[in-house]
Amino acid sequence: MATAEIVKEIPVEKARWMYETMVKIRYYEECMVQAYAEGKTPIFNIGAGTVPGEMHLAAGQEPAAVGMMAHLTENDTVTAPHRPHHHAIAKGVNLKRMTAEIFGRQSGLGKGKGGHMHLFDPKVKFACSGIIASGLPPAAGAALAAKMQGKNWVAVAFVGEGGANAGAFHETLNLAALWKLPLIVVVEDNHYGISVPKEASTAVPFNDIRGVAYGMPGFRVKDNDPLEMYRVSAKAVARARQGEGPSLIEIETYRYLGHFQGDPEVYRPKDEEAQLRKKDPIPRMRNWLLEQGLASEEEIAGMEARAHQEVDEAYAYARESAYPQPEEALADLFEPA
Amino acid sequence: MATTAKSRMLTGSKAMVEAIDQEMERDPRVFVMGEDVGKYGGIFGSTTGLFEKYGPTRILDTPISETAFIGAAIGAAMEGMRPIVELMFVDFFGVCMDQIYNQMAKIHYMSGGHVKVPLVLMTAVGGGYNDAAQHSQTLYATFAHLPGMKVVAPTFPDDLKGMMIAAIREDNPVILMFHKGLQGLGWMDQLDASIGEVPQEPYTVPLGRSRIVREGNDVTIVGIQMMTVHAMKAAEQLKEAGIDAEVIDLRSLVPLDRETILRSVAKTHRLLVVDEDYQSYGMSAEIAATVAEAGLYDLEAPIRRLAIPDVPIPYSDPLENFVLPNAEKIAEAAKALVNM
Ligand SMILES: Cc1ncc(C[n+]2csc(CCOP(=O)(O)OP(=O)(O)O)c2C)c(N)n1
Ligand SMILES: [Mg+2]
Repeated sequence: MATAEIVKEIPVEKARWMYETMVKIRYYEECMVQAYAEGKTPIFNIGAGTVPGEMHLAAGQEPAAVGMMAHLTENDTVTAPHRPHHHAIAKGVNLKRMTAEIFGRQSGLGKGKGGHMHLFDPKVKFACSGIIASGLPPAAGAALAAKMQGKNWVAVAFVGEGGANAGAFHETLNLAALWKLPLIVVVEDNHYGISVPKEASTAVPFNDIRGVAYGMPGFRVKDNDPLEMYRVSAKAVARARQGEGPSLIEIETYRYLGHFQGDPEVYRPKDEEAQLRKKDPIPRMRNWLLEQGLASEEEIAGMEARAHQEVDEAYAYARESAYPQPEEALADLFEPA
Repeated sequence: MATTAKSRMLTGSKAMVEAIDQEMERDPRVFVMGEDVGKYGGIFGSTTGLFEKYGPTRILDTPISETAFIGAAIGAAMEGMRPIVELMFVDFFGVCMDQIYNQMAKIHYMSGGHVKVPLVLMTAVGGGYNDAAQHSQTLYATFAHLPGMKVVAPTFPDDLKGMMIAAIREDNPVILMFHKGLQGLGWMDQLDASIGEVPQEPYTVPLGRSRIVREGNDVTIVGIQMMTVHAMKAAEQLKEAGIDAEVIDLRSLVPLDRETILRSVAKTHRLLVVDEDYQSYGMSAEIAATVAEAGLYDLEAPIRRLAIPDVPIPYSDPLENFVLPNAEKIAEAAKALVNM
């Protein structure tokens, strides 16, 4: 965890927001583990149950989302990949409607058409996609639009370390640097692209050094540290807002769960998850808040209760919502004339 | 198919793996690359156990760089290797289509037949398990539309093996689509059709020939992969209603076995085409056009098509069920056709 000096750089309400949001994300994902398992036992069937389809959860990856999103407003755009819940929650996506979408309900963000990899909340300028690295070019486009409209808005694209080997990643970095776009690309290095470890997919040890190739600064955040992520993001966002162009950030983060729920995880050591959880950023940040006198035990308990309540309400809302009518499948292809 | 002394029950994925394994043993030029084809054994089980047997020099896990590794397969094929390259879901074609259709499919023709591109691009297709718009398509026609590559989509385990071997031995690029729901994976719906008798020794099933999986006289139902399976179930329902349906499993889109369809329609006088792909400009239109051009006077009723209405595949259960053809919808359409 970053040292005491960051206390001067991070306003207390931001620090508390980051903690509370990490708790919210973690609890959200834990609830989703349960919801996803409903109707899939004793025999796991991906297409069965309350929440069918693929499910990629982000427990352990909270620091990447909160450290960056602490600097953003509703006017800033975020694009996320196939593992999008932490980004969505930290960006302020409507949690009830997001959950309803994942439950396939009419009240969902996409009326049940999108599902967990395809969440869109234009109110807070959030979008995600299940195709690797496909969020980068549109984020550059959002940055271009901000620039053309004379706004100091920024765009942030999140991508996995595996996705940093896709053509769209490299093309977008060059384009953004060439046009000095207010874009920040955050690579979340959770060490795996499905089963393939980083050293087996990537020719360089760290992605931040690839910034050199595109003429932009690269920052690295070690140890899944939310405060360091906050600090690095501050620099990148400030650069972008001041018209100085794009930045590249790589954060070393942890994926506690399988690539997707149901992953046999034959490719990683059995005790890896337990080892990673020993370094869990949430208790680390909790202790830090207490040590620095930024929040008392009671205040922290209050934040945790509030986070849990919001999540519980979102799941309740989703469960109470109705399914769409079948014929609704034909609606929404085009904007009505 | 060759008659053999020994056959066992295998799932679709095990049949594919056996085909690849036997060809890798026979021919040192054969190798596999793709995402998670190594230790993981392929997300849909198309390479299970091969990494353990052949190691990382012949079973190559790739970065998530489809343009690079599919393009590399093309280049290796031109150098005399026999690559099998996996595109994990067909839906991801968008990131690498230039290599597929401007390189792989055109090099033989543009070189005046002087350059061979013998590779197999295998890819998972199909929906029905709520994987939504970017992971549920078949895109049969998207590939079949573009000249220069063979496009095959076997349904049953024995065909998966025989057509995989034929594809590997073929001197042209072949896209071999396998249906996720017919691989016999433990984590999907368990379908009887995903397990079948498969001969042990190597054999080939010619690319470009369909198979009549049920003979009948009243109506011809043409399907491929999951739609064949649904059509066979529908045929049982139709039998109870006194309708005798003939079901053709297309197996191959390019080349397309037009003769078998025309012969069947000449017998039944009615045609229903079922497609797990978008309706417009697709396989169902191609088959309808074939019959309109060469078998129109055999028809006693207009041709019927059942396919995905032209919308992306939605996530939620009631929506996805609405857009995908199934046995009930097929039976209903066939009845309407016969009672016309
Ligand atoms: C273009 C494309 N290729 C392959 C996939 C299949 N796929 C989905 S997630 C994934 C691994 C992604 O790894 P990474 O970028 O590190 O993200 P993580 O899953 O670790 O969050 C792959 C290969 C895809 N969705 N899109
Ligand atoms: Mg990763």
